[in-house]
Amino acid sequence: MSPSPALQLQEVHKSFGPTPIIRGVTLDVVAGERHAVIGPNGAGKSTLFNIVSGRFPPTRGTVRLKGTDITGQPPFEINRRGLSRSFQVTNIFPRLSVHENVRCSVLWSLRYRYSLWHRVDRLRDVEDRTERILAQINLSARQDVPAGVLTYAEQRALEIGITIAGGADVILLDEPTAGMSHSETEYAVELIRGLSGGKTLVIVEHDMGVVFNLADRISVLVYGEIIATDTPDRIRANRAVQDAYLGTEHH
Amino acid sequence: MMDGRPSAAVSVPLAGVAARRGRRAWPWLLAAAGLCVLPLVPGLDSNFVRSLVSQMGIAAVFALSFNMLLGQTGLLSFGHAVYFGLGGYVAIHGMRLINAGLPIPIPLVPLFGAAGGLFFGVLIGSVTTKRAGTVFAMITLGLGELVVAASLMLTRFFGGEEGITANRTRAPHLFGLTFASQLEVYYLIAFWAFLSVALMSAFTRTPLGRMCNAVRDNPERAEFVGYNPQRVRLLAFAVSAMFAGVAGGLHAVNYEIVAAEALGAARSGAVLLMAFVGGIGSFFGPILGAMVITWLQVSLSDYTTAWQLYFGILFIIIVLFAPGGLAWLIALHLPLARARMLHTVLPGYLAALAPALVMVLGGSLLLEINYRLATKPELGTRMSLFWVAMDVSRPWPWIAGLAMLAGGFYAFRRSWALVAAGWHAASERMREDGAP
Amino acid sequence: MLELVIFSTLNGVVYGLLLFMLSSGLTLIFSMMGVLNFAHASMFMLGAYFSYQVGKLVGFWPALVLAPLLVGLIGAGVERYGLRHVHRHGHVPELLFTFGLAYLIEEIVVMGWGRNPIENRVPATLDFPLFTLFTTSYPAYKAFMMAVSIGMFVALYLVLKRTRIGLIIQAALTHPSTVAMLGHNVPQVFMRVFAAGTALAALAGVIGGFALLTTPNMAAALGPIVFVVVVIGGLGSLGGALIASLAIGIMQTFAVALDVSLLDLLRHAGVAIGRESALFELASIKIAQAAPMIPYVLLVLMLIVRPKGLLGTRET
Repeated sequence: MSPSPALQLQEVHKSFGPTPIIRGVTLDVVAGERHAVIGPNGAGKSTLFNIVSGRFPPTRGTVRLKGTDITGQPPFEINRRGLSRSFQVTNIFPRLSVHENVRCSVLWSLRYRYSLWHRVDRLRDVEDRTERILAQINLSARQDVPAGVLTYAEQRALEIGITIAGGADVILLDEPTAGMSHSETEYAVELIRGLSGGKTLVIVEHDMGVVFNLADRISVLVYGEIIATDTPDRIRANRAVQDAYLGTEHH
Repeated sequence: MMDGRPSAAVSVPLAGVAARRGRRAWPWLLAAAGLCVLPLVPGLDSNFVRSLVSQMGIAAVFALSFNMLLGQTGLLSFGHAVYFGLGGYVAIHGMRLINAGLPIPIPLVPLFGAAGGLFFGVLIGSVTTKRAGTVFAMITLGLGELVVAASLMLTRFFGGEEGITANRTRAPHLFGLTFASQLEVYYLIAFWAFLSVALMSAFTRTPLGRMCNAVRDNPERAEFVGYNPQRVRLLAFAVSAMFAGVAGGLHAVNYEIVAAEALGAARSGAVLLMAFVGGIGSFFGPILGAMVITWLQVSLSDYTTAWQLYFGILFIIIVLFAPGGLAWLIALHLPLARARMLHTVLPGYLAALAPALVMVLGGSLLLEINYRLATKPELGTRMSLFWVAMDVSRPWPWIAGLAMLAGGFYAFRRSWALVAAGWHAASERMREDGAP
Repeated sequence: MLELVIFSTLNGVVYGLLLFMLSSGLTLIFSMMGVLNFAHASMFMLGAYFSYQVGKLVGFWPALVLAPLLVGLIGAGVERYGLRHVHRHGHVPELLFTFGLAYLIEEIVVMGWGRNPIENRVPATLDFPLFTLFTTSYPAYKAFMMAVSIGMFVALYLVLKRTRIGLIIQAALTHPSTVAMLGHNVPQVFMRVFAAGTALAALAGVIGGFALLTTPNMAAALGPIVFVVVVIGGLGSLGGALIASLAIGIMQTFAVALDVSLLDLLRHAGVAIGRESALFELASIKIAQAAPMIPYVLLVLMLIVRPKGLLGTRET
């Protein structure tokens, strides 16, 4: 018996005004796999992430997270059900310290919620998890700096740190290595590989090196439709994919 | 500060970044001891001082509750006096019930204020916090007007222009406290003000308090780490309204009367002034602002009827040139003080002070003449300003005012170079010493 | 009854158009610059006072043009030397700056003209009854007010539709972020829009000064209502502002004319509320008395039903 999919999209459509962006996406992401979504610019990859994470609802279709229908739920509800995402354009709390950025993401999952009767700096479990995450993203030394003054690469690392700190088991990363140098990218890939152990990872990425290095399975999104979902080797060999996407990259 | 001068372009420092510093208890103990001893110190043991400090305490609680919204949650309210006033009304009605025989001692009356503030905070906040940013500001203004209009219509609860009165001495006397003397009232207010400040300080370190900062900075990201920003805003609003209600309750005990002005636009503007002058970027800034503005309100209104105009000018100057308020100015000088280098910038300040005084004197001379002529034309053109008798139908007072204003301004601008030079020297030296 | 309905409608439309003259300028400035000009109603007030002062020197008709121009110049100065300076600190300091300015202008007006209302009289050329219906005559100046505001909208419409800057403003209304991409001389465009917006407010002040009492607190009285109009219409929407202005204008005018209370209505329906009842006071308020609250009650209702406003699309 195959494990139930961590994420299940059924006939998802999204139009902005009269313009269809997502045109009927059906996709199962198996629990525990690392799944990459690739496709040319404007294919609708970020829109797909926005629908799944609740930033806006789909026009049609359903999204299920670990079997529960989450279609049209607000982002915080979806996050509480165990899905967390990062952003393509860095989206952090610029005036809070690095430490606090991570801590904000820890609080809800450790059930402190809107508490008025705990003192955050005395919460052992919060402190432990925050420090662990900071160590993992290699920002322990910079934890008291306002996040807004970090370097670009550091902010990208923090972005990932905030995304995983809540302990979600389904992680969506939107172009985590965008704008990084070669060595920074290599570091980021190792970071992501380390952090995603035991979790379900969906990643949008343009860097084919990263994709083929990291992903267990790849889906190719072209003009709002998934034209193929398969293992990296078979995607590489797929004619339709080559014609529509990969081929154009290698000319 | 890189260019070595106190530039206004330095972004407003905000509460939260340095929240992980170790916290010490001694400033709190010192403040508590100070509040206990203050009204007994020879020279300060007059009823005037006790009453002034009482007013400062009430204003400080109110200003801090306001900054819980503005500085911490990023919500600018133009109608915060609504919760002060409604808390005050609930408290004064509570006092009337006590007068009528309800067995509750007077020191617990501020709790009525807290309950009133909390109740109306939740009620009205559930509407206002649906939006954030600029729209929130506009909505609070509209709702403030709504409550003022309602208060003038529902005279049974609000008592119209005359307000509602009660008697704080006709109550169960706990430990023999009758609250007939200003000293006893002072201690009551000092106790509640201290407790409120401590609780509001503790609030900033709760999970909710920290998430207020997060929602202020980036409400969208807060949604993606599991928090509903609208809920965070509503809770912050309710807690803030509760403390505003405490301040209103203290006001009720202090004056034994609450009238429509307690919830009006003028008081909402005053609390904004206090918080901003003190500095919305630090926790203690609004307390400082509340003390300074209360003192100015009490003292300036003795000398001039145009004090509101001066407040307006002060406010604009702070917004334009020191948006971080007094707390920011102090924070700017702390590193210098620690490095024992205040003396390098002092000459520049002294050089700027003299022309600044001339400028202020000239400006206020012109303002006073105008104000007097416009608001009290029946008193004629002869007047005594700054202890000098003058006849303003002649040109000399005007020329003198204009000359002082213009000359002072020119010299002030020139003296600024000295201030900049002082800062430059100080920052150079600090860099050499490797000081932080 | 018909008489009441006709005249209340006419008066309501005049008042509504006046509100729209204010809210349209506010909307334009907000859409372009992201600044909510708290001092907008103060510019309206300055328009009223300036037209009175200038009118005493050169007569009403030149003042109708000169006063808005003067206030527009002041607006340009405020943008150039004030707003531009605080802009880098963000929107809250901008809002606070205009808030302080509104406060200051009120005090300056007190200093210039005293606390009491000035006698801002309708010029003789407009001071006659235009027509008489039943027993009530309609004053010519109200028709003039209507003509000026409608004339202003036509001009505004043409500018928006037919000129380059109009296209830029339209783009800004729908896509605020595009203004930043306009490239050259954005500050110049900002200054002009701000000046034009304040001049519009002042023009409204010139003609509104007749209908409303010209006192130093007229700005404080009208400002919140204009804000309510903008929120109800939907921030950044001129069409929404127009609908909300007319709706509030007409509703308030009708309410003022209704000298009945809930108590009276209930009595007609055969329900009596005793003097001792807690509801007695609430129910005995005449609708006319409650008229000033109408805009704010509408605001609350709108926020509950549709927080974005009638035609609003923007969140903040």
